[in-house]
Amino acid sequence: MKRSCITGGVLASLLTPLSVHADWEVNMPTGVTDLSAEIYGLHMAAFWVCVIIGIIVFGAMIYSIIHHRKDKGAKPATFHESTTVEIVWTVIPVIILISLAIPAAQALVKIEDSSNADMTIKVTGYQWKWQYEYAEDGISFFSNLDAKSREASARGSGIDPATVDNYLLEVDNPVVIPVGKKVRFLFTANDVIHSWWVPELAVKKDAIPGFVNDMWAQVNTPGTYRGQCTELCGKDHGFMPITVIAKEESEYRQWVAEQQAAAKEAAAASEQEWDMAGLLEKGQQVYNTSCAACHGATGAGIPGVFPAMTGSAIATGDINAHIDIVLNGKAGTAMQAFAAQLSDADIAAVVTYERNALGNSTGDMVQPAAIKALR
Amino acid sequence: MNAQAVEHVDHDDHHHGPAKGWMRWITTTNHKDIGSLYLWFSLIMFFVGGIMALIIRAELFQPGLQLVDPAFFNQMTTMHALVMIFLALMPAFVGLANWMIPMMIGAPDMALPRMNNWSFWILPFASTMLIATLFVDGGAPAGGWTMYPPLVLQTGAAFPMLIFSVHLLGISSIMGSINIIATIMNMRAPGMTYMKMPLFVWTWFITAYLLIATMPVLAGAVTMLLTDKYFATSFFSAAGGGDPVMFQHIFWFFGHPEVYILILPAFGIVSQIIPTFARKQLFGYSSMVYATASIAFLSFIVWAHHMFTVGLPVAAELFFMFATMLIAVPTGVKVFNWVSTMWKGSMTFETPMLFAIGFVIMFTIGGFSGLMLAITPVDFQYHDTYFVVAHFHYVLVPGAIFAVMAAVYYWLPKWTGNMYDEKLGRFHFWFSTIFVNILFFPQHFVGLAGMPRRIPDYAVQFADFNAISSIGAFGFGLSQLLFAYIVIKTVRSGKKATDQVWEGADGLEWTLSSPPPYHSFSTQPIVK
Repeated sequence: MKRSCITGGVLASLLTPLSVHADWEVNMPTGVTDLSAEIYGLHMAAFWVCVIIGIIVFGAMIYSIIHHRKDKGAKPATFHESTTVEIVWTVIPVIILISLAIPAAQALVKIEDSSNADMTIKVTGYQWKWQYEYAEDGISFFSNLDAKSREASARGSGIDPATVDNYLLEVDNPVVIPVGKKVRFLFTANDVIHSWWVPELAVKKDAIPGFVNDMWAQVNTPGTYRGQCTELCGKDHGFMPITVIAKEESEYRQWVAEQQAAAKEAAAASEQEWDMAGLLEKGQQVYNTSCAACHGATGAGIPGVFPAMTGSAIATGDINAHIDIVLNGKAGTAMQAFAAQLSDADIAAVVTYERNALGNSTGDMVQPAAIKALR
Repeated sequence: MNAQAVEHVDHDDHHHGPAKGWMRWITTTNHKDIGSLYLWFSLIMFFVGGIMALIIRAELFQPGLQLVDPAFFNQMTTMHALVMIFLALMPAFVGLANWMIPMMIGAPDMALPRMNNWSFWILPFASTMLIATLFVDGGAPAGGWTMYPPLVLQTGAAFPMLIFSVHLLGISSIMGSINIIATIMNMRAPGMTYMKMPLFVWTWFITAYLLIATMPVLAGAVTMLLTDKYFATSFFSAAGGGDPVMFQHIFWFFGHPEVYILILPAFGIVSQIIPTFARKQLFGYSSMVYATASIAFLSFIVWAHHMFTVGLPVAAELFFMFATMLIAVPTGVKVFNWVSTMWKGSMTFETPMLFAIGFVIMFTIGGFSGLMLAITPVDFQYHDTYFVVAHFHYVLVPGAIFAVMAAVYYWLPKWTGNMYDEKLGRFHFWFSTIFVNILFFPQHFVGLAGMPRRIPDYAVQFADFNAISSIGAFGFGLSQLLFAYIVIKTVRSGKKATDQVWEGADGLEWTLSSPPPYHSFSTQPIVK
């Protein structure tokens, strides 16, 4: 059954004309930092060494295949060993390797030196989003896959990925850094191991729960640079991109001020009373970014892996138990604690939404004040 | 036991053959029967793993999700790797060892025939348990074949089945290895000193030690996963004072030698085949042996090059970079020796030779990308991208798998007494070679351009090369049906093969009849 379905699908996709918009990029980007350019140089040096050795070895082989064949009357020679030759082709590769290893070691030492940074951003990997915290400026936010990409990437969505700008590489809240500053990134994770990679910055580091890694970048050119998680981290590993925007110092300061103002506004939202329509609207938005990846956009979950929301004993049972599991997660499962991720208003809205949508209709309404009381 | 054996020789018919009926295959202790069981098992698993690969490539044919959901996609990548490594490639090499080692060293059988039976018959049960995970609650393991915690601990009902099947597969491999070592050490014909052993025997001898050294390490690592999940230990959980990276160190201490377990016997096969068809003795026999031993030694001190991005201290990164680059030296020696063996030979290009030459060229391409990956700062860009996928598939598919196919074509006439269809064999080689390159070469490009591995969907700029790669995958997969057809056809019928089979073939196995007698050498040959 499964097989025939797949065969049919393959045939169908073979018959569909290829969506053409791809570029034919075949090489690593030079990147926008001094170190990324240095790494690119090492990559090309190693590549050309391989090409030259390849030409010599394969050349000899092809010559031999053409000339030393029985149907051309070749008689086999009898030589079968030579210590001199063996020493020569041991020593020459060693010399080549040393000449590659020296600049590589020098580059590595520079890359690993993250001292004297101008600023620090803490990056935390979650299943399946990134959190960025700017300790000096008191900014903290989550960065999720952009809603358009998420919608188009659902199986059978009918949306052509080519029509989505930066498909799978766009986020709702990009991380912003100033150009010309040495930015130190600290990496950790909340659940499983993730890896933060932006090719143009030549930064790739694992984010490991319980441990902190660091890496740095000093971007020379303003622009938007995109990357992805590169350590398999579960179902939506392919759907937690990274977008870095490098801005001039003045624009960066302006962005910081905007973020701080937005944080105040969000705090105010948690102080007010909400009506049902407002809670449901906000709840749907929160549900789609924070809950739908596991529990499903329609609340169906994935049987055996992620529980359904529709008709769930928690979402239709005791409100306080429901709020508790959202706030504190469930140990030993993939259910995260959202206390630190979402505001009182967000949690009130999403709990209300889960109890009155996705096939549930308890009629319950939760206010931010109730969440505050349970924290 | 001893007395019985003596009585048996005294009173029974010397020419007794295999038992009749299907029980022959259950109770057999004959190295050829067990070798055949291993090889057939491996061929079936090659197709099972291949179907999983095709599901992956079908989904990746276009951006967007068309066929499977991400959770199932991850199950496919995980199971494809486990099936191909543990159930297809390793049993294929053990099968070849079973068939060929006694015949190449002039022995009647393996040293420990009953254990031989057991080490095979564990496999079907272990693999059934592993494949059955596809049908349990929560599906098959989806955290990658590397089983990194904490992710692997999120596996559902499949988790204990995964662990126990890895344990069983490890036991099977260790028993197989003990048997191979015991056979090589004790059952060589008079006059066959270590430095006269055929290279296939040598490479397997070293491989068997690698297996014995590393399989228990893997068993330990997965056992710690088991207790972390069910018995509240915290070996790999920072919250309890453990370290998830510790698992990676232990895993790759197994995992890197494992890579050489999959390639050293392939080196041995190619070192048998090239001299035969070049009609010229292998160049640099002793340097080949020393190079194999050096590679085996180095394989134990390079594991952390799989982990350059986990945050190792600079000193460790430098050490593992230098040690890894060093592997290029003995590997280079081997390639140079093969080319020198061909040089000024008198070559013909029957199917085994075609596969062996294909192996040397494409394995070397995989070796080149391996050298590039060794350079730590650049690895930061390559790591966990399709560049790595291209690298290890070049080493394992037109590398290890091509060597297994070369071996099958090379020895099939000896095993069955029938020649395979040369024309079809050459078609199989050319189809496989063309499609395998269409399949894996573009993956270098998308990897360098920034496509991570193990993702079910990708940004649209990677679309064209992925489509090409998928077309190559289906072409390669279909070509292998031809292989199965050729093998089955040869087993059933074909032009009778001579004992020598190949004009330039040299070695004890070619002194036996084709097919060889049930107990290969009942009198020991003398090697001068």
